[in-house]
Amino acid sequence: MPIAVAPERPAVRSTIDRMAPPSGLGDKVFKWFTLAMALAVVALVFLVGWQLARGSSLAIHRFGFHFLATSTWDPVAEQFGALPFIYGTAVSSLIALIIAVPLSIATAVYLTELAPLWIRQPIVSLIEMLAAIPSVILGLWGIFVMIPWLRDHPFPFLKKIFGWTPFFSGPIYGVSMLAGGIIIAVMILPIITSVSREILRSVPNLQREAAYALGATRWEVTRIAVLSYAKKGLFGAVILGLGRALGETMAVTMVIGNTPQIRASLFAPGYTLASVIANEFTEATTDVYLQALFEIGLVLFGITILANLLAQLLLKTMGSTIKSGAVQ
Amino acid sequence: MESAAIIDPPMITPVSSPQQQVASGSEPTAAAPERPPAFEVERLSIFYGEKKAIENVTLTIPSKMITAIIGPSGCGKSTLLRSLNRMHELVPQTRIEGKVVFAGEDIYAPHIDPVVVRRRIGMVFQKSNPFPTMSIAENVLVGLKLNGVRDRAFLRERLEQSLRMAALWDEVKNDLHKPGISLSGGQQQRLCIARAIAVEPEVLLMDEPASALDPIATAKIEELIHELSSNYTVVIVTHNMQQAGRCSDYTAFLYLGRLIEFAATTKIFTNPSERQTEDYITGRFG
Ligand SMILES: Nc1ncnc2c1ncn2[C@@H]1O[C@H](COP(=O)(O)OP(=O)(O)O)[C@@H](O)[C@H]1O
Ligand SMILES: [Mg+2]
Repeated sequence: MPIAVAPERPAVRSTIDRMAPPSGLGDKVFKWFTLAMALAVVALVFLVGWQLARGSSLAIHRFGFHFLATSTWDPVAEQFGALPFIYGTAVSSLIALIIAVPLSIATAVYLTELAPLWIRQPIVSLIEMLAAIPSVILGLWGIFVMIPWLRDHPFPFLKKIFGWTPFFSGPIYGVSMLAGGIIIAVMILPIITSVSREILRSVPNLQREAAYALGATRWEVTRIAVLSYAKKGLFGAVILGLGRALGETMAVTMVIGNTPQIRASLFAPGYTLASVIANEFTEATTDVYLQALFEIGLVLFGITILANLLAQLLLKTMGSTIKSGAVQ
Repeated sequence: MESAAIIDPPMITPVSSPQQQVASGSEPTAAAPERPPAFEVERLSIFYGEKKAIENVTLTIPSKMITAIIGPSGCGKSTLLRSLNRMHELVPQTRIEGKVVFAGEDIYAPHIDPVVVRRRIGMVFQKSNPFPTMSIAENVLVGLKLNGVRDRAFLRERLEQSLRMAALWDEVKNDLHKPGISLSGGQQQRLCIARAIAVEPEVLLMDEPASALDPIATAKIEELIHELSSNYTVVIVTHNMQQAGRCSDYTAFLYLGRLIEFAATTKIFTNPSERQTEDYITGRFG
């Protein structure tokens, strides 16, 4: 198939004539294969959601909206309200983010922008080791080391300073919402740090140089050239951490106190969606009880997906709102 | 090629440079403007780790003129340029020997803060690098704001002035709030020039500022460089000899990290003193 009509054909076959015509087969296979894989992932998400909904259909019918809005969790009386767990998951995750995000991003900035070269790899390895600690081990450490320490030092200190607010008042037991949040923070720190570090490393050096050439100090370079360039990616890292925080089960179950209640005080014990499933699944002897736990799973699944959707929406608006010119 | 090793005392005094004579204080020629030189580079060597990228370079860069640095790729043009505002220090494990005297002071003296040096000596890069999260206006003004300028009237004035000087004002005056990266490649590079001159530096260093641009955009940048030289000392690196010939007053020819020749551009291009310069100019190597 000549592209343009040649004035005369040479007797000798040209190279292009020797070539096989381009075969679209590879492209087609490639396209359908990748499409199938992508669809499989979507299908899996829907399947999980559907299974959870089916497993909890009885409870959904019986309790309806009350399931999400009431606070009594009494399996004996067959009263199931998920609010304390939703609250516990939300608050413990929030505490974890408040602690872990600044720490992680500061660590990532230090590792990419400031730390001397020789110290970078050792720190990175240490953080990766932290990620490798099994959740249950961290939980044990939480019970035997962290909680006694928190109870004796930081908690009384917090109470002394912020005791006038409802958040740091009331008796201190040790096991608490705050302890749960702190242990989750420890667990999500490595992932947020290493993702943030990759994001910061992907900021082109040319951006940094642009700032340095204007006479910016290191901090100014980090602020105007690095962090602002990377803010979308960093937000993504935080959302990844949030996803982990919402679903984190073992360690938090061991330190949060497992009491289905809603208390303003962070010193009071709480309970999370993931924890109640893990704790009570084996004891769920009646159908309703089991179904209620399934519905808890459905709620957790929904919250996680909602958080991700919300994050994506936020990212979109972040992209379209470049701060308008300073002098306008 | 072999002649590179022969040039042994690597200091080649640019006899033809009137500025050199002014600097040394001996018999200033009547024609030469009585300005102190912008830079006096003295026996400068620069190392990346063990590797010597610049070897014993001595030259005097005149102020309010355009000095071009030419030479084959890898000869150390960027390194020499970046040593003039201490940008090369951003590469870990660099080391220098010798001096770079700017405005009467060695910028490598221990008490000198590189941040202050860079505020006085601006830089434009090979690839345009506007800040992507900032608007056109913010990009131009970021340097002033970094340095604590808050006066809105003054900022507005500098914004227009800088964009006009960068020959960009007419094209963007209605889009100042749009992202800097929404501009075309050539416009982005002029935006970067506007950003560099907004802080009114004394010197503008340019590292192949037009090498990523098409001929029309290149012509605009060259014209702009020419205009700028009435207010600024410009040092421009280029691997494009025609460009050096067209838009510079002085030319330094570097080869393998050494300064082979430094002279008025017309002399370098018509009557170079060194064989290697001639070979390079005539395209026999490089
Ligand atoms: N960051 C760096 N690390 C190590 N060596 C470098 C670095 N940058 C440049 N060099 C070396 O220094 C020499 C000069 O480089 P450069 O100044 O970039 O040359 P040019 O700009 O003339 O092409 C080259 O041999 C190059 O390999
Ligand atoms: Mg270069």
